[in-house]
Amino acid sequence: MVNLVWAIPALPLAAFFVNGLFGRRWLKQATGPIAAGAVGASALMATAVFLEVLGGRAQTTVVLYQWIGVGDFRIDIAALVDPLSAVMLLVVTVVSFLVHVYSIGYMSHDHGFHRFFTWLPLFVFAMLILVLADNYLLMFVGWEGVGVCSYLLIGYWFERHEPSVAAKKAFVMNRIGDWGFTIGMVTTFLVFGSMNFVDVFHRVGMASQAVLTVICLAFFLGACGKSAQLPLSSWLPDAMEGPTPVSALIHAATMVTAGVYLVARSTPLFEAAGPALPIVAAVGALTAIFAATIALVQNDIKRVMAYSTVSQLGYMFLALGVGAPVAAMFHLATHAFFKALLFLGSGSVIHGMQNEQDMRKMGGLRRKMPVTYWTMLVAGGALAAMPPLAGFWSKDEIVGAAFLHGDTLLWGVGVFTGALTAFYVTRAMVLTFHGEPRDQHLYDHAHESPAVMTLPLIVLAVGSVLAGFVGFPPEAGFIHGFIGPVVQLHGAAHHPEYTVIAALAAVSVAAGLIGIGIGLAMYRGRRPDPAAVARLTRPVYRLLVNKYFIDELYDRRFVAFFTGFGGVMSAFDVHIIDGFVNRLGWVVSAAGGGLRRAQTGVVGNYALSVVVGLLALMALYGGYAVGVLR
Amino acid sequence: MTIPLAAFIAVSALLFFVGAAGVLVRRNAVVILMCVELMLNAANLALVAFSRRLGLIDERGSVFVVFVFVVAAAEVAVGLAIVLAMYRNRPTVDLDEVQQMRG
Repeated sequence: MVNLVWAIPALPLAAFFVNGLFGRRWLKQATGPIAAGAVGASALMATAVFLEVLGGRAQTTVVLYQWIGVGDFRIDIAALVDPLSAVMLLVVTVVSFLVHVYSIGYMSHDHGFHRFFTWLPLFVFAMLILVLADNYLLMFVGWEGVGVCSYLLIGYWFERHEPSVAAKKAFVMNRIGDWGFTIGMVTTFLVFGSMNFVDVFHRVGMASQAVLTVICLAFFLGACGKSAQLPLSSWLPDAMEGPTPVSALIHAATMVTAGVYLVARSTPLFEAAGPALPIVAAVGALTAIFAATIALVQNDIKRVMAYSTVSQLGYMFLALGVGAPVAAMFHLATHAFFKALLFLGSGSVIHGMQNEQDMRKMGGLRRKMPVTYWTMLVAGGALAAMPPLAGFWSKDEIVGAAFLHGDTLLWGVGVFTGALTAFYVTRAMVLTFHGEPRDQHLYDHAHESPAVMTLPLIVLAVGSVLAGFVGFPPEAGFIHGFIGPVVQLHGAAHHPEYTVIAALAAVSVAAGLIGIGIGLAMYRGRRPDPAAVARLTRPVYRLLVNKYFIDELYDRRFVAFFTGFGGVMSAFDVHIIDGFVNRLGWVVSAAGGGLRRAQTGVVGNYALSVVVGLLALMALYGGYAVGVLR
Repeated sequence: MTIPLAAFIAVSALLFFVGAAGVLVRRNAVVILMCVELMLNAANLALVAFSRRLGLIDERGSVFVVFVFVVAAAEVAVGLAIVLAMYRNRPTVDLDEVQQMRG
């Protein structure tokens, strides 16, 4: 089965071609089931591959063909199948399949249905290339591929202004990260003479620590771009302009975790490079608390989830930074389930509320949308890390790892962010589903979504409950034994006392409960009243509502500078480059204008010139013959 | 009594320039074609004169005259066809009025 691993990305690619070529004219609404079917088959095969890897199959490289072979430089189109990629394969294909099924319902009234189901399987294909690649260059192909699909799908409703601007912003900020990835990739080749993961990790000793640090920081810049970490975080909330299934699949569950996967994959490099890991941890923790505080005050339901995603990705980088890549991958997997569920649930609400996204106009929806409510409650509990839901096991492991690593400050940030997370998810749930309807008209027309949308929610809810148990018992669960050997080179993971783990977990859960308690008190009991709190803390509130003015800062510092620079370059192009060409054209045109008078079109004139020429030749000949000329 | 070669050449040159002048000054396409024939026959006259003079040494001049006959016949056929086509397009054979190729 592992030898057929290339069929997994091939199926979505085939769906892309079929839907892209025949979708608009012939297939129309059939494009949805075609894409979902192809991705579903991929998911089944990914499960088979996963089980085979689980059965003890060693790390396998499946070469499709040699891509580049110039001297010693050899790049294959090859898949590296090991526990790490097997887990990613499974998560990506399963979540993709569920989102595809959901989209058939969600997008059913959209006039671009076939276009949506052309880009979505293309994204799955690119993501699978990224996951399967056995070298940095092929990974970069998938990396750019998902970036393009992200751009296309954020700007899916390109007739409107905001989505097209958001798509451009996402693309440009990702390009900055991609620049880092490219630097890291080329430096890796120059230092190690290879881009193949296995070869590079075998030769880590060849490089000095300074060089390794440069490589790792360059890769980390790439990861920051893709995974929306500071300072490249602000594109992800804007990416919510895309259709909600896209937000769930690309901007919560899969693509944005590519940065985490890149760093986890490159663990041997990061471990050998001294100062890189603390930077990763610091950036992750800072992003986690930064995004969580913004999420406290957002009113758009999808924006809350978007900032939550940025925050949770920060947790994953925190885990990578404190030397717990297993915990990062664990959280990646559980987060894929419960965050995709939160987004799809939000989509279900938006779908039922005639595309209203403002939570201030919702309320009381739990009576109208019971399935959406209960599934989102499960996901919200998982996000707030309430035991025994999935998020509890994975997030607690991260926070605990920070503590055991000796970073008490990072641990404190993690626990505090956990309380903030519990607060904003409670706030979102209460505003949306509890209390009295605040917009009676919208409420009256609200309805539960069709089964094609609620079934994926239920499946994801089951996943959000059960996914955590692959990490049970803590530090010694199934996933630790499975992925651990791949990403932790220096001996087995440490096994701390269970009393310590239990104490750490108790602190985290207590923080989460406090967050939930404050959330319930403020938004159910109105005690203290949220508006009063906002008035009381006006400067802070303004800072948060305006997202720390990051966009304004970038606009003023960078966008303005580059717009000015672009203006100068444009003027140079128009006046100097084009000017030269235009002058040249003017000269030629004027010369032609003069010469055209010679072409009278009268045959007699041409004949006369022939005779004159003849006479001139004869005169010349006569001159030589007589001896006047010589 | 033999006529000197120079006399032939003189007549030939006279014929040629009469033809050339006709081509240049006349505007009727048919007349111009006739003048072209005049120029070709001036060349023919020069060719047979030289051939005769050179006698047995070289008779290629006479052979060339036959070639020129053929070319002249073909030229008249094509030329008259063009004049006819032109006349059908616009009822004139005045070449000064045919100026579509003016730059």
